[in-house]
Amino acid sequence: MDETTKWTPRPEIYGSPVASESFGVVEKPLSLWEWISGIPGLRKSLVLVGLAIIWELYARYLNNSLLFPSLGDTFGALVAGIVSGGLLIKIWASIRVLLIGYAVGMALAAAMTVLAITTRVGADILETLTAMFNPLPAIALLPLALIWFGLGEASLVFVLVHSVLWAVTLNTHSGFRNVSLTLRMVGRNYGLRGFSYVCSILIPAALANILSGMKIGWAFAWRTLIAAELVFGVSSGSGGLGWFIYERKNMLDIPSVFAGLLAVILIGLIVENLIFRTLEKYTVQRWGMQV
Amino acid sequence: MAELVGGAPLLEVTGVTLRYKTARHLITATYKVSFQVLSGDRFILLGPSGCGKSTLLKAVGGYLAPTEGSIRLRGREIRGPGPDRMMVFQEFDQLLPWKTICENVAFPLWKSGKCGRREAREKAMEYIDKVNLSQFAGNYPHTLSGGMKQRVAIARGMAMEPDILLMDEPFAALDALTRRKMQDELLRLWEDTRFTVLFVTHSIPEAIRIGSRILLLSPHPGQVKAELNSLRLDCDDGVLRKGLEDRINDLLFVDRVEETEAPHG
Repeated sequence: MDETTKWTPRPEIYGSPVASESFGVVEKPLSLWEWISGIPGLRKSLVLVGLAIIWELYARYLNNSLLFPSLGDTFGALVAGIVSGGLLIKIWASIRVLLIGYAVGMALAAAMTVLAITTRVGADILETLTAMFNPLPAIALLPLALIWFGLGEASLVFVLVHSVLWAVTLNTHSGFRNVSLTLRMVGRNYGLRGFSYVCSILIPAALANILSGMKIGWAFAWRTLIAAELVFGVSSGSGGLGWFIYERKNMLDIPSVFAGLLAVILIGLIVENLIFRTLEKYTVQRWGMQV
Repeated sequence: MAELVGGAPLLEVTGVTLRYKTARHLITATYKVSFQVLSGDRFILLGPSGCGKSTLLKAVGGYLAPTEGSIRLRGREIRGPGPDRMMVFQEFDQLLPWKTICENVAFPLWKSGKCGRREAREKAMEYIDKVNLSQFAGNYPHTLSGGMKQRVAIARGMAMEPDILLMDEPFAALDALTRRKMQDELLRLWEDTRFTVLFVTHSIPEAIRIGSRILLLSPHPGQVKAELNSLRLDCDDGVLRKGLEDRINDLLFVDRVEETEAPHG
């Protein structure tokens, strides 16, 4: 290529935008399929249906209800449990203990994190304690709890508090520390101090982290509870869901064992999708702090 | 040439030395800086980066206590941040993301006990209207552009009717066009209410455009180099503007030229 062709000036180009009325489409509703596939709840339900089909097919292929009962058998056992076996009472017994433990854990976590952000010694204490106790499985404390508090609800609440406290504390504290310097300065500029500063600035600014801590705390508590009930069974009255599973296993009523596990899963799904998802939707997602 | 001369100085900064600690060093940000801001001043702190102008503004804001000297507002020593000195920051995340635009402006009004909730709302709407954002009053901040967020922050600061409005390079993160528009808008607002503003910038044209009086600071640590009058607001004499710009440029950068030339000489 010689110099002259290289330096030929490129033509200048002018466009002429047309008026928007002459477009075919400016705004058009989505087709039914696009609309439906845009609903995350529906897509996830589809995943559940897929799993259910795989379960049913495998169970029929195996044809051994003692090892792996079919979906139909499991649902049958679930309904039977609810109607006659007092499964609902057992679920309620579990959830009641869980809520007590969760509430106490949250309250302690709130107190500790507030202490940790207002004083330096509080932060040192919190960081050391979370580093020590967060890796310690709650269930490992159960034998001790049984000696200290006896065979009853108090022991369960103790291990639940342990499982909730550190997860929530860790997340809330790191959320507080992540609040941007600008927002902190804005809060102090308003003349906010102490409690009103924490409530008006830090908590909403760290809410995404606090909510994720609460979710983790909930999941930890739920597993710990079921495991604890499996280990020492009946605490008071009828016992909980874990005890139900244990009891039915001893009776070789495997569909009921599956029904108990299914109940554990269903409650987890409901809490995650209904309660926490809704909380997120109306707070952090609306504020553009989480996608 | 000053356009408005009040009575006693509103803000008195006398012999202020500011030091702060980083992990390894003790840094002197400013050394014995003195200046006085009168009521209605558009007072500019101008200097290259590292001259401690932002640190000085934070000290006036009450976030940092001087190691030497005093900062007095209306004759009273400044102790800690407070709503009588509203800050406008450079960062776009200075609005509370969990509050709508209207709530963001109204919140400090009722939280500081300045007025009741309803009155705060009305006042907030009035100032949001002043910065032409009425139609976005119900929006959350994340749906606004950077320039709009800064306008909300300015409205929030002005609605509080503080003794002095502190602005820390509020337009530095904006694009050139928006920046120019915001400067004009700030001046329009000033002509409207004649508030007192202490404004930090590193841009000489911005200082001349916005300020009524300009304090030049030298870097490492910041010391007063000069305190100049800016041009009148209605001055559109390009030659005068250029002249002042060159004068400030010489004052700020004459040392640097000497420094770089010294080894050869």
